[in-house]
Amino acid sequence: MKEIVANMAGSVWKVLVNEGEQVSATQDLVILESMKMEIPISAEANGVLKELKVQEGDFVDEGDVIAVLEYK
Amino acid sequence: MPFQKILIANRGEIAVRIMKTCQKLNIPTVAVYSEADEDAPFVKLANESYPIGGKRVHESYLNMGKIIDCAKKAGADAIHPGYGLLSENPTFAKRCNEAGITFIGPSSRCIEMMGSKIKARQTMRDAGVPVIPGSEDAIEDVDTAVSFARNIGYPVMLKASAGGGGIGMQIVHTEDELVKAFESNARKAENFFGDGTMFIEKVIEDAHHVEIQLLADHYGNVLHVFERECSVQRRHQKIIEEAPSPLLNDDTRQKMGDAAIKAARAIDYTNAGTIEFLVDEKQNYYFLEMNTRLQVEHPVTEEVTGIDIVEQQIHIAAHKPLKWNQEDLQINGHAIEVRIYAEDPTTFFPSPGRIQAFSPPTGSNIRNEIGVQSSYMVSPFYDPMIAKLITKGKTRTDAIQILKNALAQYEIEGIKTNLPFLLKVIDHPLFQKGVTRTSFIEKQFLKEET
Repeated sequence: MKEIVANMAGSVWKVLVNEGEQVSATQDLVILESMKMEIPISAEANGVLKELKVQEGDFVDEGDVIAVLEYK
Repeated sequence: MPFQKILIANRGEIAVRIMKTCQKLNIPTVAVYSEADEDAPFVKLANESYPIGGKRVHESYLNMGKIIDCAKKAGADAIHPGYGLLSENPTFAKRCNEAGITFIGPSSRCIEMMGSKIKARQTMRDAGVPVIPGSEDAIEDVDTAVSFARNIGYPVMLKASAGGGGIGMQIVHTEDELVKAFESNARKAENFFGDGTMFIEKVIEDAHHVEIQLLADHYGNVLHVFERECSVQRRHQKIIEEAPSPLLNDDTRQKMGDAAIKAARAIDYTNAGTIEFLVDEKQNYYFLEMNTRLQVEHPVTEEVTGIDIVEQQIHIAAHKPLKWNQEDLQINGHAIEVRIYAEDPTTFFPSPGRIQAFSPPTGSNIRNEIGVQSSYMVSPFYDPMIAKLITKGKTRTDAIQILKNALAQYEIEGIKTNLPFLLKVIDHPLFQKGVTRTSFIEKQFLKEET
């Protein structure tokens, strides 16, 4: 299991994956938007997206868990 | 009194700044604010405040109809647009005037003319102002771009005609890079500005960014209020600005001032405006673009000339003539401004959040422009600049020393800011010597970045 955390505070602009979906190491899961900057958050490892903790429009702080990944 | 009441169609530090001059002139002010800005200092500082909608700028600060309605409801007879947001939107200027409200800025026609970077280049070239060698017209497709770049030689600067803030703009070093960059930048420009028109300029290597402040009234009087050096930039965003420029000699200063006046006259410009130039080591200067509004960095000019630029904007908009001749204007001392951003000082990622404690430096020759306060929530919806710090000295060395002490005194807790980064930059020997070029930050601090 791996927790994917936000590397900056901002709002969730786009969610690009669904729970249960197979994801690859470099795949973008969500795009955060903050102060005119868009920062994609990627999976970091191959696996299955076990849990998605945010939805579009949510505000996240730096370090908040965005998704939980189960290694395959 | 030039106006009965002025609505400020902006937020943050610049709304506060404009209101201060209105107070000095005894003109009541009206604030308009989004849901995210309910507790912002500018909302409290205004005599009246109206909510205009949601947190995102298109739901509030870009809603022309709502802003104009608020002005009517409040009985405001003028609107100051500040910088960014609607300040360079020709439709907004036009709609204000149609509603019988004075837009404190140039005519809609001038905004439009200078908003198209291609049209601006043509106008300036025709007026005899040196422009950067480049394409005369829009470059329609990638093949034309490639053949044009072959002619002028790499690297070239690819730019969006409607561009601003570095969006749609990229240096390309090879044909491969150009092919890749052309489509993606055109698409980006289309998304941001609704106009994907591109053009190409030659890259002026190791240039300084120097701009001339202008004031022009409705009676044909055009003055230049000297220059600002803005070479300390990251990703085409200015970080530190100063006046006067350590680069210019008196002869170039005079020539650039004259060129800027010529440029303003060529388009019958009125109100405050800024002509941006790139200047090389041999003091050759080239027109870059014109900003038809108040600049973020206007305070350094105010500090060295004693002129309140916002006050002049208001008087000019009220059809008062400028009260000086060019010979009356002088530079006294040296001023430096740093922009304080809510961002991580190492990764430069935005850092919105609640400010726990906010205590700016105080003392003589220290000026603060602040858009926030203790316990204020810096929202992720707007620009990361939360404040500006300006210091003045008899000499550049004095101004730097005062700035260094002031930065060390500055306390902001709860969010990350670029304060530590600013201290590093002003301690750098190249900054101390006053020889920084636009490539300075990239070369000295971000070596791993491209």
